Amino acid sequence: MEPFKDEKILLAHGSGGRLSHDLVEKGIVPAFDNPLLSKLDDSAVFEVKGRLAFTTDSYIVTPIFFPGGDIGRLAVCGTVNDLAMSGAVPLYLSVSFIIEEGLPLSDLGRIVASIHEAAEEAGVKVVTGDTKVVNKGSADKIFINTSGVGVVPEGVNISGSNARPGDKLILSGPIGDHGIAVMSEREGLNFSTLIKSDCAPLNRLVAEMLKASTEIHALRDPTRGGLATTLNEFAAQSRVGILIHEDMIPVRDEVRAACEMLGFDPLHVANEGRLVAAVAPDDAERVLEAMRQNKYGSEASIIGEVRKEHPGRVIMRTRLGASRIVDMLVGELLPRIC
Amino acid sequence: MCLAIPARVKSIMGFEAEVELGGIGRRISIILTPEVKVGDYVLLHTGYAINVIDEEEAKETLRLLTEMASLEDEPEE
Amino acid sequence: MKFIDEFRDTELAKAVIDRIHRRSKRHIRLMEFCGGHTVTIMRYGIRQLLPPTVEMLSGPGCPVCVTANADLDKAIALAQEPGVIITSFGDMLKVPGSHSSLQKTRADGADVRIVYSTIDALHIARENPEKSVVFIGIGFETTAPTIAASIIQAKSEGIKNYYVLSMLKLCPPVIKALLDSGEVKLDGLICPGHVSAVIGSLPWGFAARDYGIACVVSGFEPLDVLQSIEMLVEQLEKGEPRVEIAYRRGVRPEGNLKAQELMRGVFESAPANWRGMGMLPESGLRLREEYQSFNAEHAFAIDPGPTREPKGCLCGEILRGVKTPLDCKLFQATCTPDHPVGPCMVSSEGSCASYYHYGTV
Repeated sequence: MEPFKDEKILLAHGSGGRLSHDLVEKGIVPAFDNPLLSKLDDSAVFEVKGRLAFTTDSYIVTPIFFPGGDIGRLAVCGTVNDLAMSGAVPLYLSVSFIIEEGLPLSDLGRIVASIHEAAEEAGVKVVTGDTKVVNKGSADKIFINTSGVGVVPEGVNISGSNARPGDKLILSGPIGDHGIAVMSEREGLNFSTLIKSDCAPLNRLVAEMLKASTEIHALRDPTRGGLATTLNEFAAQSRVGILIHEDMIPVRDEVRAACEMLGFDPLHVANEGRLVAAVAPDDAERVLEAMRQNKYGSEASIIGEVRKEHPGRVIMRTRLGASRIVDMLVGELLPRIC
Repeated sequence: MCLAIPARVKSIMGFEAEVELGGIGRRISIILTPEVKVGDYVLLHTGYAINVIDEEEAKETLRLLTEMASLEDEPEE
Repeated sequence: MKFIDEFRDTELAKAVIDRIHRRSKRHIRLMEFCGGHTVTIMRYGIRQLLPPTVEMLSGPGCPVCVTANADLDKAIALAQEPGVIITSFGDMLKVPGSHSSLQKTRADGADVRIVYSTIDALHIARENPEKSVVFIGIGFETTAPTIAASIIQAKSEGIKNYYVLSMLKLCPPVIKALLDSGEVKLDGLICPGHVSAVIGSLPWGFAARDYGIACVVSGFEPLDVLQSIEMLVEQLEKGEPRVEIAYRRGVRPEGNLKAQELMRGVFESAPANWRGMGMLPESGLRLREEYQSFNAEHAFAIDPGPTREPKGCLCGEILRGVKTPLDCKLFQATCTPDHPVGPCMVSSEGSCASYYHYGTV
């Protein structure tokens, strides 16, 4: 945010006047440097052929900076991933800021840089946006909304309702990193850890998977609510049963330890750079191989399968050989003493 | 009931200690276990060490369980 | 993780299960008192792995679940006082009181903060000298010494805005009351591991001596719980009920004397209100005279209004081991973790929550 003498965001920065224009033209747009955005028209106009995928999400994570990422990176990856989970190639994003008066400009600068970096990594362009400023207390530092547009290649038909009995379930990597990284920064829960958020754009990983197989039936990224919630969603939408094996689900030692300390189940902790796929059994090994070649799928593993029995339920075979139900997260994850 | 987990004492500063568990570090109170030494494991509950873990007993318990398990593998007489 | 992973060893666990199957002839009823033991049993599906001769019942060892509505209402009323910051363990936030919950009260504008430790509550008190910071003191003898320590710390630092609302409870008295009620026929008790780390195994002697109950103090990993069940089966097959410690790495017969000293120095026994059991004498802890300046009940005129018990909620009977969540008409229907009617559904180790989340297949 070079040209600014002010240190903090003021209400005037969002009012549409001189200060607003300066902020956008000199502070935000140059960070992205793409012709559509630089036009600064009321809308970005572009041509796209094919079936469109369209998604939107708002990001309110606190704290806004955490090990491994920040709200900016999250805002890009979350929306890119939502598009990728339909098998779409993500193309364009919008970014809207609602900023609390008083936010240091240097924080905004960091976030904008982060958005740019994530967008570059994903190969998407930020083509339109908005900036509003609200009174102190009316927002928690900064809220971001991103909407995204992508194209679904012909023949690709991926949905949470397409999982079929017999499908193998593949998880792209260890669970719980993001949720624990964010928790470790929260007041009142101070513990130090080397765990970083796994926040990452997965569109290229998905592209590799689609090259390896045309029988990828369902894809989802287990964000809020964790893997347990996502699998329950598959089971409900596809009206199938799901069986997973406790000892096949990778969890980093540090995440396990933090979960022990706080009383969390790693299955319920949020991830921002993982996906779970339901793949036809004959293609599972091939897809797994393809995933392992990509940096965000190097620790991919088969964790279970889809079945006809107990539709709508997710069952886990525990390490002792008994089975128990895996429920979705209800409410929020609260640290407990009991 | 009470969630208490085993953590290793890395350093001691008066009535506080730095402990670690599986790579997670935390500063805790050892006011309830003033006899603890660096390298000991403690049971950590809500930020306090409530007991020092007896490593010998832990080993003994595992040894006993392992022995009993292997006895079962022996052919019936 | 050391002292955790080894006690989750699958092979050793299977061996214990085999031995239990071979040894258990008599039909016996065991109660796991502690919510944490209930969680382990449910999470690893231990019930399924036991022979039909071993019946497991869950007991009232969940400090959240046994908090009476009248007490929770006090905490909620305090949250609504101007200038008060409520600090609480996460467990209590969603528990429904007569009209509201701490979480709802927070949504209405009250300053309610989750803390992992009383150390954090003290920190908040230091940072907000113009506010009154009240710590909601739930827990058993495991937690009581930590709360006592925070009060001693506050006193030594001259912190004048830190208060505790004590809803602390003691375990041996409620076990005795359960056994006295005769409602549930028990043969053995899996004794709480971390409560015993503080109070030792000696306080459980009365159960074996006077009631003929087999008692084993257990750790919380699946191997610990299975080993304890094996030891209980052994005691009962031999007809020799006594108190044994399975959790030898964490519990000594005399317990942690320093922790007991701190606890007794700050608190004294008092009657306590147990959900499902009413007032039990000498079953709770209140602040001693010399620490009254830290007593939230003393410092604030709390008027929580009339108590209302949720209709149809079987929490009380479930806590006493008389009924199971499956006997409750509200279970899974109107009472779910999202919309809990009673605390047994809220606390992650409450029976109802355990049944709901882990279920049986």
